[in-house]
Amino acid sequence: MGIPFLRIIYPGILTTIQDLGRYGYLKYGLPPSGCADEISFRAGNALVGNEAWCAGLEMTIQGGKFEVLSDSFMAITGADMEPKINGKLCPMWQSFMGRAGDVLEFSQVHSGCRSYLLVSGGIDVPLVMGSRATNLIAGIGGLEGRALKSGDILYRKDGGQRKEKVFPLQFLPEFKTSQELRVILGPQNEYFSESGLKNFLSDAYVVSPQSNRMGYRLLGPCIEIEKGGFISDAVPLGAIQVSGEGQPVVLLWDRQTTGGYPKIAVVIKADIWKLAQAKPGDEFKFQAVGWEEARSLYRKYVHFLLQVKDIVQ
Amino acid sequence: MSSDYPKFLLAGEDGLIVEFGDRIDPEVNSLVLRLAEILSESEMAEIVELVPTYRSLFISYNPMITTFSDLVKRVEKVLPLLKSRKEVMHKLVRIPVVYGGEYGPDLVDVAKMHGLTEREVIEIHTGKDYLVYMLGFTPGFPYMGVVPEEISTPRLKNPRLKVPKGSVGIAETQTGIYSMESPGGWRIIGRTPIEVFNPFRKPPFLLSPGDGVRFFPISFTQFEKWAPTADLPQDQKIEKKDGDSFS
Repeated sequence: MGIPFLRIIYPGILTTIQDLGRYGYLKYGLPPSGCADEISFRAGNALVGNEAWCAGLEMTIQGGKFEVLSDSFMAITGADMEPKINGKLCPMWQSFMGRAGDVLEFSQVHSGCRSYLLVSGGIDVPLVMGSRATNLIAGIGGLEGRALKSGDILYRKDGGQRKEKVFPLQFLPEFKTSQELRVILGPQNEYFSESGLKNFLSDAYVVSPQSNRMGYRLLGPCIEIEKGGFISDAVPLGAIQVSGEGQPVVLLWDRQTTGGYPKIAVVIKADIWKLAQAKPGDEFKFQAVGWEEARSLYRKYVHFLLQVKDIVQ
Repeated sequence: MSSDYPKFLLAGEDGLIVEFGDRIDPEVNSLVLRLAEILSESEMAEIVELVPTYRSLFISYNPMITTFSDLVKRVEKVLPLLKSRKEVMHKLVRIPVVYGGEYGPDLVDVAKMHGLTEREVIEIHTGKDYLVYMLGFTPGFPYMGVVPEEISTPRLKNPRLKVPKGSVGIAETQTGIYSMESPGGWRIIGRTPIEVFNPFRKPPFLLSPGDGVRFFPISFTQFEKWAPTADLPQDQKIEKKDGDSFS
């Protein structure tokens, strides 16, 4: 049994335990889940001296209110929910020591969508199929496969190096309400009319309130499908499926792994965090990039992810 | 395989889709499964994950160590092996089903629509081996075929908001098993006490793409007594067929 860490006074809109995800089960219909914004998540773990795979909390749009149950070394990253400790503003993107009895409170997001709370040692919940990530659809991982609720008690593992660190400002991701999403066209871009493709690549699409960890619905000019009779196939992370009404849905962490709508494009890995930090009303424009360019962006992105632990100081 | 196929499609910077056709057809699916088997045996370092679906194979690869075009070339190189490859049926799993009544509310309609008795529908549904084309929808839900024309039935016009876990349904010429309670529009003819997905069992998933499934009828009392998490009884357990190797 781990060390008592946090009592949930109020969970917030949607707070789940996440790690880097559950891999290897796509062919069985199980998506990886895991933290939505991997940059913020990794930064949080690095700040508290954890390995990248340790589990932490992901809060969405409106954060929670928690009582700290034992002296714990913590960090808050991601979207700014104005975190406060005992009523005083608590710095983000740097580690700090929370004391037993402290009350940690988050409010509505100011910028971005998802905030992360990481603790030295990581949150102690059982591994399910190799991961602690909560998959709300399958009802597995995290705490009993569900979102946190009032009264829950979380435990942490012992460990991590407790050295105060800061994530340097110049590396902070910028959470904007209007952004570009770079995509690789395909696998089924041929199913769409010329005007549909033109709309997709030139107009702005707004994040609908019907967006969640399974997928982001976007609203904008119709992306006309020309060819009917699409047969379900595999749905990779970031695939942009277009429904019968010509509206795009970007399929994400908790997605169904197969789908019966054609996919006009796939968002590049380096831009997935932008979706993680987008909330209803935010706007995206799609920009097509070639495979070579996407690969070089992928290299840079993966390199950055792996560097996060070295750039915290 | 028509001359248009296979097609090689970009699926992001780390995904390749090899498409063998544009229909749900055991022959097309067989090519998908055979390619998956060959690639899986080859243990190519650049391949991360393989996802066989009805008519295409999704290959997730590591773009740090290969390129899209190099991977296409490697796949093209093994394509001639597909012909000589044996038909893939990995294992045959026998699955108990209680048909009709509250567990199979659409059995009556399926029978009526085809001018059959309920008993005849059960006999036809249990009378052959089905192939698992792919899994999806909810974790572990198998899409299987081919359901004989005599009982093939379209989906419900208005899907149910809640279909219980274990429900066995028909949609056109496919049959499936609900892996958890979820909304659904398949015609539900029965229910199995066997879990196709249980994260705490080893292995968590009962079925893989390419497996065979044979349903057999059980009574209401047998169903009630079947512990949901229990393994299949010894004599019903997975029988391996010759040439089994994938997964």
